[in-house]
Amino acid sequence: MPKVLELSGITKRFPGVLANDHIDITLNKGEILALLGENGAGKTTLMNILYGLYKPDEGTIRVNGKEVSIHGPTDAIAQGIGMVHQHFMLIPVMTVTENVMLGVEQTKGGVILDKVSVEKRIREISDQYGLEVDPSAYIKDIPVGTQQRVEIIKVLFRHAEILILDEPTAVLTPQEVEGLFQVIHSLIDKGKSIIFITHKLKEVMEIADRITVLRQGKSVGSVRPKDSNPEKLATMMVGRDVNLTVEKTEAKPKGVALEVNDLYVRDERENLTVNGVTLDVHLGEILGIAGVQGNGQTELVYALTGLSKPEAGEIKILGETLKKPTPRKILEKGVAHVPEDRQKHGLILSFPVYDNLVLCTYYLPPFSKGVTLQEKTIISTAEELVDQYSVRTPNVYVNASTLSGGNQQKVIIARELSRPTKLVIASQPTRGLDVGSIEYIHKQIVKKRDEGTAVLLVSPELDEIIALSDRIAVMYKGRIVDVVPGIRVNRQYLGLLMAGISVEEALSTTPRQTTEAEVERVF
Amino acid sequence: MKKDKKTPESKPIETPEQELYVHQKAPRSYNYQSFLIPTLAVLTGLIIGAFFIVFTDLKVLPYYQQFFKDPLAALLVSWQAIVKAYGALFAGSIGSFPAFFAAVQVYFASGDPSALYKAIYPFTESLVASSPYILTGLAVAVGFRGGLFNIGAEGQFFMGALGSAFVGYSLKGVSPAIHLPLAILGGAIAGGAWAFLPGLLKAKTGAHEVVTTIMMNWIAFRLSDWLLNGPMKATGYRPLTPVIEESAMLPRFFPEPLRFHWGFFFAIGIAFFIWWLLFKTKIGYEIRAVGANPNAAKYAGMNISNNIILIMVVSGALAGLGGAVQVLGTDHWVGQGFSAGFGFDAIALALIGNSHPLGVVLAAILFGVLRGGATSMQSLAGIPIDIISVIQGLVIVFIAAPIIIRAIYRVGAPHKEEVVHARGWK
Repeated sequence: MPKVLELSGITKRFPGVLANDHIDITLNKGEILALLGENGAGKTTLMNILYGLYKPDEGTIRVNGKEVSIHGPTDAIAQGIGMVHQHFMLIPVMTVTENVMLGVEQTKGGVILDKVSVEKRIREISDQYGLEVDPSAYIKDIPVGTQQRVEIIKVLFRHAEILILDEPTAVLTPQEVEGLFQVIHSLIDKGKSIIFITHKLKEVMEIADRITVLRQGKSVGSVRPKDSNPEKLATMMVGRDVNLTVEKTEAKPKGVALEVNDLYVRDERENLTVNGVTLDVHLGEILGIAGVQGNGQTELVYALTGLSKPEAGEIKILGETLKKPTPRKILEKGVAHVPEDRQKHGLILSFPVYDNLVLCTYYLPPFSKGVTLQEKTIISTAEELVDQYSVRTPNVYVNASTLSGGNQQKVIIARELSRPTKLVIASQPTRGLDVGSIEYIHKQIVKKRDEGTAVLLVSPELDEIIALSDRIAVMYKGRIVDVVPGIRVNRQYLGLLMAGISVEEALSTTPRQTTEAEVERVF
Repeated sequence: MKKDKKTPESKPIETPEQELYVHQKAPRSYNYQSFLIPTLAVLTGLIIGAFFIVFTDLKVLPYYQQFFKDPLAALLVSWQAIVKAYGALFAGSIGSFPAFFAAVQVYFASGDPSALYKAIYPFTESLVASSPYILTGLAVAVGFRGGLFNIGAEGQFFMGALGSAFVGYSLKGVSPAIHLPLAILGGAIAGGAWAFLPGLLKAKTGAHEVVTTIMMNWIAFRLSDWLLNGPMKATGYRPLTPVIEESAMLPRFFPEPLRFHWGFFFAIGIAFFIWWLLFKTKIGYEIRAVGANPNAAKYAGMNISNNIILIMVVSGALAGLGGAVQVLGTDHWVGQGFSAGFGFDAIALALIGNSHPLGVVLAAILFGVLRGGATSMQSLAGIPIDIISVIQGLVIVFIAAPIIIRAIYRVGAPHKEEVVHARGWK
């Protein structure tokens, strides 16, 4: 197989950091190369070099055996390299066609946009590769999975032969991931070559032809999936043995910590997204809420934590119904909240780490005395927490914005779990994190449960729910469809409920629980 | 805040990750760029201002017509024009050092301070001009810290001046110990009240403060027209308030014509108080949190609506204090057009000062100096007073677009997030 792309000896230094250290990578024609590594391992830097966004300090890039120098995305596109970014570069108020032609507009007579011929090419591309889209739809009206297809069409429209997909599954539902994998296969069938950047081991095993693992800016090695397994990959990636299953003893549930009766919540657009939810969480147990994203989990958590006002229903925390529940009153009842969006709710990025660590308790002694903040106490507490929760930061004075995603999440985890709490509401606590951080955060959550705290875990990652939960509630279209014990739960059954199949119908095809305990991997 | 030894109870949880990562306790590093960039911006503003001075000077232009015959002469004349203009600016705003030392000698020799007063006059006048600037600059800076863009400082300044003037002239026969604080308070309350309404509207209805404070400015201007021509008018033809009672005046340090008064030190004291409030108290923590990320502030249990109102009232009260200082210390009465851009220039001050009280004080002194020197630049060097506005404008452009300064002086971008200056429309 001819080599379509060869990177050799790529080195990139940033002040104080060696982001890429003599990395060699080859990509053969018609191959799916997975680039695996933790956050901060240098994957994105390497791809930005390839895409011309950074200039390498050393090293050469060869496309089809010819050495090239790439000074910007335009050069990269000219060489047939196309990139699908993790965060889509689409304009919501424009149509699919307009977005695809953006930057390479075809015109009639130099003035009038030739949408018809562009639309025709989009149809051709989408037929050829199974990328179903409606060219005249507006980006804001189509689901995330389809938006990603538009991004792929964009690079194909520019005649890309080598596609770089940066964490393409991070934003997708399990069904959409399936769809993406089909698209990838059809691209390969048509002779394209793909670099697939990810930190999810399971996906890599499923889709890649070859896996190159990066760690701390170095290439640790290349393996084929059939010669490897997730444990080996994780070890290569993290540099030590990683426990991919969550070890936990059986839960010893006690009194009720949270009781929700017939709760109705509207979202910002006034849609009734929580539609009569009833559930309870006991002290010393983890209740997982499984469900495809967008089925009311976010609004449920907002209502439980006081961020939004429920339309109707009752919320009892430790047996007490709060009058006018505000986030602060709920917090003071002993509820900790690990929010779904760490940058929106969880942190103030322009504040130093130490200020972020007291975000919820800054007004209480010992952090405050009268009106004055006790800076010394805040800083020394922050230093202890940073040590205790192994947050990787040069010191506690740097702004939270300078930390990596995983470490930002650890700051939140440290803040929320270090407080004496009765109930922890954790919404997607490991979203977008690397193996090491996920392992760590899972351990902390189980530890909190073992201390007798109730945990409400919300996550669209079924693996995470199964690995951690003592009981699992499946949420679909704003309702809790079923609650099953977490032990020996049947994934297939949960999957069916998540897809909207009714309990009776699901039970007719598969049982609630398997007879034998299946070892569940988180990744 | 060094912590050399780990206390035994903070022993890290055993994770193998600890082996990978050696936790360093690097000391706190300060961001010198927040000083460097404004300083370079001012410098660049002065340099480009120099070009304007040269090219607007009619005496210089003929030399440029003959530039290729005698380039040295053209450059020399240009240089002389610049030196003359900035020399006049300096003399008019800071004074002349030889004159100052001579005056000191005269004073020790004869005990006659009049020459000394004359020598320090320019600088004290600059400080007099910078006093209200400090307070209005702080007003806008507090708003920025809280994520609000208070364009209404001009109106709040005017209302504060009217409030102070009213207390100042209407109360009679009161001891200064009571009258002066009351008059100052009158200014703060009037300014705060003027900002309360936009704050309330923002908190309750989401009305954007930029729109409402601009509206409030116009209401303040028209209301003051009516007040100065009606209820608050002194006897006579001109629309002025009566002169305030002596008991309400901020004491001056030197005899007439020097106007240097306690207002400057009062403003510095308020700046210190605002610094303490913003960075050392939980009120300030909330203000900054609401400003930097209202979603996270709500998550943390802060009351966003109350904080918005608080921020606006504090901001308005500061602008009102600016008006109070101007009327109680400098002018002693209020007339039409009294606010004279103190509130609008404040936006520039807050930007130059990076919304930090210390930065605002320094920027206000700079603006005071520029304002003080502009007149003498016009009278001594014949340079149009507008050049000062051009320089001020350039400084603001460079502050607002620091990338230009970074490119010229090759200053690297900081890793730190810049302070959030008011958010857009939502």
